[in-house]
Amino acid sequence: MNCSEADVLINALVDGELDAGHARDVEAHVASCRDCTGKLASLQAMRSAMAGAGLMEKAPAALRERIERTLPAISIASARMPAVNARPAGPWRINRRVFAGGFAAGTALSAAVAATLLVAVVRDDRDQKIASEVVSAHLRSLQPGHLTDVETSDRHTVKPWFNGKLDVAPPVIDLTAEGFTLIGGRLDTINGETVAALVYRRRHHVINLFVARRPGGKRAGAGSEIWHGFNVRRWTEDGLDFWAVSDINAGELDEFYKKFSTAARPAAPS
Amino acid sequence: MSADDDSERARRFRDAALPHLDDVYTLARYLMRDQADAEDAVQECYLRALRHFDSYRGPAMRPWLLAILRNVCKSEFTRRSERPAAECNDNAPVEPPAWQEAQPSAEAELLRRHDAAAIRRLVAALPPQFREAVVLRDINDLSYRQIAEVAGLPVGTVMSRLARARAMLRAAWIAEQGLKS
Repeated sequence: MNCSEADVLINALVDGELDAGHARDVEAHVASCRDCTGKLASLQAMRSAMAGAGLMEKAPAALRERIERTLPAISIASARMPAVNARPAGPWRINRRVFAGGFAAGTALSAAVAATLLVAVVRDDRDQKIASEVVSAHLRSLQPGHLTDVETSDRHTVKPWFNGKLDVAPPVIDLTAEGFTLIGGRLDTINGETVAALVYRRRHHVINLFVARRPGGKRAGAGSEIWHGFNVRRWTEDGLDFWAVSDINAGELDEFYKKFSTAARPAAPS
Repeated sequence: MSADDDSERARRFRDAALPHLDDVYTLARYLMRDQADAEDAVQECYLRALRHFDSYRGPAMRPWLLAILRNVCKSEFTRRSERPAAECNDNAPVEPPAWQEAQPSAEAELLRRHDAAAIRRLVAALPPQFREAVVLRDINDLSYRQIAEVAGLPVGTVMSRLARARAMLRAAWIAEQGLKS
């Protein structure tokens, strides 16, 4: 990342609009660049000065009354109103083509940065939130001491550990023989909900498998996706949502999904 | 439609839209500058919003109202056949003082020492499209996506506009401090 790419992204960082992956990239650049360190400090100072200054205006009471008075009157008269501008401005249903097409319109972003941001910013709100939280939870787990709450390769230890901590009983499956070693489990939070995280290791790579309740969720698989630079495989089975996240390649993650879900099925009633 | 339906509809509209009056008024003050014009624009905004309330499907009332307000202001400028001020080219180079000129911490300290009146004046002095971006983000506290909806722009344009708006703001901010000190 160079300084001109970082320029727009530092603003987005200060605004809390970057997902975990991009935020890390920008922070890494800032840490290594004196100019950008100063820029970040200045932007934060301006933002906190503006936030602290109480810039929101208070609408005059007379204006509020004026509007209140017109409300019932206009609703009765509305039949006589000329129907100008049947729709207010703006693409209320977010139209992806609008974003994609308009991106060329003279932004200072490089095409590569623009392409990744498009993915990062334009996902619909719930998906975006879940995607960034799943990836953030994965990143958090990789910090020292955060990977597991219960550390064991024995699934008979991991499964009961979740009892009483969660309203979901995740299927815990040992796939050591298949090349995916169960190393433990922990509790995590996705989209405000406490979920189970099962942790597997493939060579020196970590796979986090998040499991959340999804009452009435029908069996559904999804292809593999890339969320903020990580491979993600998500699927739904037996009323549970699964997200497997890792930096192993998509093929191996797909293999993990197949092995896990095949092994989970006959064992489901246990 | 019966009178009961009408008053029920008006009540629903009032509950949904009136809590955002300060937000709408604030944006109007920055777009119109003159207080009487701003009040007229806000009233017109609420009339239009009520008229189109039946077609409103969400998700968020506040950006919807702000977008209507923005259109009201735009058509008012068109009616007067004047431009709000010379629209400045998005890509014209800004020449702020280089970031490294002052010690980073000293500059940040300088930027922090500004009162509300000074900040208002500096924001009001920005070219219209940059002023709008800063107000929607830093005062109305909209997300990038919501600003894109309100202004009918791609998210990427919102991002680069904000970056440029703040570079201008920072330059003006420092210049003013420099004069004072």
